[in-house]
Amino acid sequence: MSKKNLISITDFSKEEYLKIMELSMQFEENPSQSLLKGKVIATLFFEPSTRTRLSFETAINRLGGKIIGFSDSNSSSVSKGETLHDTIKMVSNYADMIIMRHPLEGSARYAAEVSDVPVINAGDGANQHPSQTLLDMYSIMKTQGRLDDINLFMVGDLKYGRTVHSLLMAMSQFKNPIFNFVAPPELAMPDEYKIYLSNKGIRYFEHLEFNDIINQADIIYMTRVQKERFIDPVEYEKVKNVYILKNEMLANTKPTVKILHPLPRINEIHTNVDSNPKAYYFTQARNGVYTRMAIISHLLNLR
Amino acid sequence: MEKQLNVSAIKDGTVIDHIPPKALFKVIQILKLEAFNNMVTFGNNLDSKAMGTKAIIKIANRYFEDEEVNKIALVAPHAKLNTIRNYEVVEKRVVQIPEQVNGIVRCFNPKCITNAESVSTKFQIINEKPIEMKCYYCEKITYENEIRIT
Repeated sequence: MSKKNLISITDFSKEEYLKIMELSMQFEENPSQSLLKGKVIATLFFEPSTRTRLSFETAINRLGGKIIGFSDSNSSSVSKGETLHDTIKMVSNYADMIIMRHPLEGSARYAAEVSDVPVINAGDGANQHPSQTLLDMYSIMKTQGRLDDINLFMVGDLKYGRTVHSLLMAMSQFKNPIFNFVAPPELAMPDEYKIYLSNKGIRYFEHLEFNDIINQADIIYMTRVQKERFIDPVEYEKVKNVYILKNEMLANTKPTVKILHPLPRINEIHTNVDSNPKAYYFTQARNGVYTRMAIISHLLNLR
Repeated sequence: MEKQLNVSAIKDGTVIDHIPPKALFKVIQILKLEAFNNMVTFGNNLDSKAMGTKAIIKIANRYFEDEEVNKIALVAPHAKLNTIRNYEVVEKRVVQIPEQVNGIVRCFNPKCITNAESVSTKFQIINEKPIEMKCYYCEKITYENEIRIT
């Protein structure tokens, strides 16, 4: 059987998305399994990412696997000048699977070519981070009971935010999504994604600020507006407080609406939202463990 | 037939005509003509009715497969190839932009792995006019005006 990797969200078919959702649910019901007993998984983090690494390592531990790897490149042979090619070649001799994060874009696709064992991309620069998208989808599935007919609001940095782009691509595979984009012109959703939606006949709407339309939302997906994205600091000052979600804004939203955020949050969700049952971002992070258990089991043909 | 040829005729071989003047040296690079032992002659900034000015390359005793020569379509999309036998044009071909481009063009993205390690580039052509090519690795698009030959 040929080796399966997960590098980009589009590597998976709609059937595979649904399989991951189903498996995630099973792992959530029964989180301690021994499917990975006797297996060694390498987690190679060429740049630090505590949340993602701990989530993957928890998933491996819950599945009964053993972990080798490093959490930043200073503690690996990379600091001696070893190429990515050689590091991957060596590690694929030792481990049954490689999970990697790397600052360079395309590094994970390249590693998958070099490696003899499956590779999961845990983030390659600003390019792709597909396990985040799958856990976002699982959070939508769990809270709404479906992936079809979702009215999805995306808020904040829609230009550079890889999580919103991947989620848009994935959710476009399901029936009748509606996308609402809330962003300043400087951080608007790039044309290539809008063209993609138009070509598929999918409805989308653009808004410069929050308004009553959020009362129609099933999911509000918040992202961080990052200061360093702005050439003119004055422009940042103008928009930085426009995209802050506050508790009172949720008063007339659907009782079933859920607020997601890939985290870390800075100030874009006011802390007074945290105790609202519509806030879901911390549970969303926990869902990541089940989703990553599902991805690992699927790629290793264990489930 | 030109009255006097700016670039002298060849008995047998290939003439590549209608190259944009700016693309001449890129075409030479793509076809690796600098490594040829055959006689290669070329002219640049020649008058052209169709293009204003053009470049032309004549390569003696050498013939090209489509796959080999289609690579030049990235920089010279209107180039024409004439196969010459005994001073006569026996075949005329136009170049076609290939669906996949391997190892010729650099990815414009400075953060792409192909610009950091010795990884041969791979692109899929997603639009022909103007050329837009998507990197197999970083998934970013290199546009026609950003094309740099490796």
